[in-house]
Amino acid sequence: MSGIASRLKLKRGKASKALNEPPWVKGVLIAIAIGFLGFFLILPLLMVFASAFSKGIEVYFTSISDSTAFAAIRLTLICAIVAVPLNLVFGLAAAWAVTKFDFPGKQVLITLIDLPFAVSPVIGGLIYMLIFGAQGWFGSYLRDHDIHIVFATPGVILGTIFVTFPFVARELIPLMQAQGNDEELAAITLGASGWQVFWRVTLPKVKWGLLYGVILSNGRAMGEFGAVSVLSGHIRGQTNTIPLHIEILYNEYQTAAAFAMASILTLLALVTLGVKIYIESKAAHEMKEESR
Amino acid sequence: MKSEQASSTPQFSFPRLPKKVFPGFGISLGFTLFYLALIVLIPLAGVFIKSSSLTAAEFWAAVTTPRVLHSFQISFGLSLIAALINGVFGLIISWVLVRYTFPGKRFLDSLVDLPFALPTAVAGITLCSLYAPSGWIGQYLEEWGIKVSYTPLGILIALIFIGTPFVVRTLQPVLEDMDTEVEEAAISLGAGRFQTFLKVIFPPLIPSLLTGIALAFARAVGEYGSVIFIAGNMPMKSEITPLMIVIQLEQYEYAKATAIAAVMLVISFLMLLCINLLQAWSSRHHGH
Repeated sequence: MSGIASRLKLKRGKASKALNEPPWVKGVLIAIAIGFLGFFLILPLLMVFASAFSKGIEVYFTSISDSTAFAAIRLTLICAIVAVPLNLVFGLAAAWAVTKFDFPGKQVLITLIDLPFAVSPVIGGLIYMLIFGAQGWFGSYLRDHDIHIVFATPGVILGTIFVTFPFVARELIPLMQAQGNDEELAAITLGASGWQVFWRVTLPKVKWGLLYGVILSNGRAMGEFGAVSVLSGHIRGQTNTIPLHIEILYNEYQTAAAFAMASILTLLALVTLGVKIYIESKAAHEMKEESR
Repeated sequence: MKSEQASSTPQFSFPRLPKKVFPGFGISLGFTLFYLALIVLIPLAGVFIKSSSLTAAEFWAAVTTPRVLHSFQISFGLSLIAALINGVFGLIISWVLVRYTFPGKRFLDSLVDLPFALPTAVAGITLCSLYAPSGWIGQYLEEWGIKVSYTPLGILIALIFIGTPFVVRTLQPVLEDMDTEVEEAAISLGAGRFQTFLKVIFPPLIPSLLTGIALAFARAVGEYGSVIFIAGNMPMKSEITPLMIVIQLEQYEYAKATAIAAVMLVISFLMLLCINLLQAWSSRHHGH
């Protein structure tokens, strides 16, 4: 994930003539880049919408508005509404701890926060099966008390929280480190309380990075497949999220309907990218203002 | 991962903090550790605890069935090939995006992140349909007798897709930071452009390039959603390791599933360690 922090540098001007490759080399390299990205990214993007509307606009709208589709959309929204704020609070706490204090094991902590990125999403689902599943540690207790976690909404939410765990923290930590603590120190010296510093100084400073982290984790929360697939039990109309609903439709050869649902998530992905571009230009602009 | 420098190197932008300037150390670190333990550490530890319920022989048997061994070969082999392909094309793409101007560049630049943003299931069904024998690309490949969907080649395509952003996004900032003065010096000393690239530009890129490749590899090994649609999932042919875990789970063989997961986790941890070392190496290189 390229964070806002790493891309905040102002682009340099054009390099001098001597540094240019011969035009044909340039042309070939640009062609390779466009060819690769066109083949692997643009073509799939077009394919989603072409297939979604392949049976006409009517099929499209019935596919995304039937009751199982609606239930899937609802569950997906619930997951995001629970997972994103929790991980947001965590991200803020982690970034505050890491960038405002020195303590031993800091680097280890940062690496551990990144763990869910390194772990297969399927394992992200498995670990909660081991705890809450029928044969899991709490399995018999949960059964006796008629509490459903796996193959029910809480399990799906847990899987979502796990896979989106690092996003906000990982966006904020490098950003807050790059910005430094000068303003916060000044505020403290002038007698501001900790909360005042946090709300009035730190939060406004990191707002774009924070927003980007939230957008990214929201996108991932709504689109997660592996972890959720293990934990959901695929009960149609109950524990299916949009990606799981897409899987069922696709496997039942309802291709147009599957792509219709997929087009919703694709639009979400495009909005995420759009917001990213907006935030980047906004952040770069503010940097320029400050350096003036 | 630049925090190491924050506490150890003096040239970092803010000075070492005197203790207790800021309030909230206890609560922020406390909550961070609590939530981390609850969501990530304790559940992950469960994998090792559960797999220790197997005897060594049972564990070994669970992770060395022919099907599982073949899935390791598929997952690790294809992930490595995909990551190397991403390395080559990522280098070209990041070079083109940083050094050249051409119409549509900004659009392409932002599109590089698409595999991060696009849900894996969507990528999966899309790639599968594209490369199916009747698909937009598959129909032409069919004429040449090349089958992609439902074969290991399909898995490779999906892994290349999801790995695309990693190399580009690790190389781009390094290339942007690179001082062109050294190149000018090389050229004024009589080096050709290609020689300059090989001897002056490329060496400092190596740590970041390797980091990007390692990141793409790590992601590819664990990838599930975008692969299972195009893979066809034929035993001993096109099954990936995460799928083996899912299959064991569906048969309520929790211990066996966990044994396979434990192997994958250990490898993931080693990869993470490698990536951290590579990143430390590359930031030493660039002196951030």
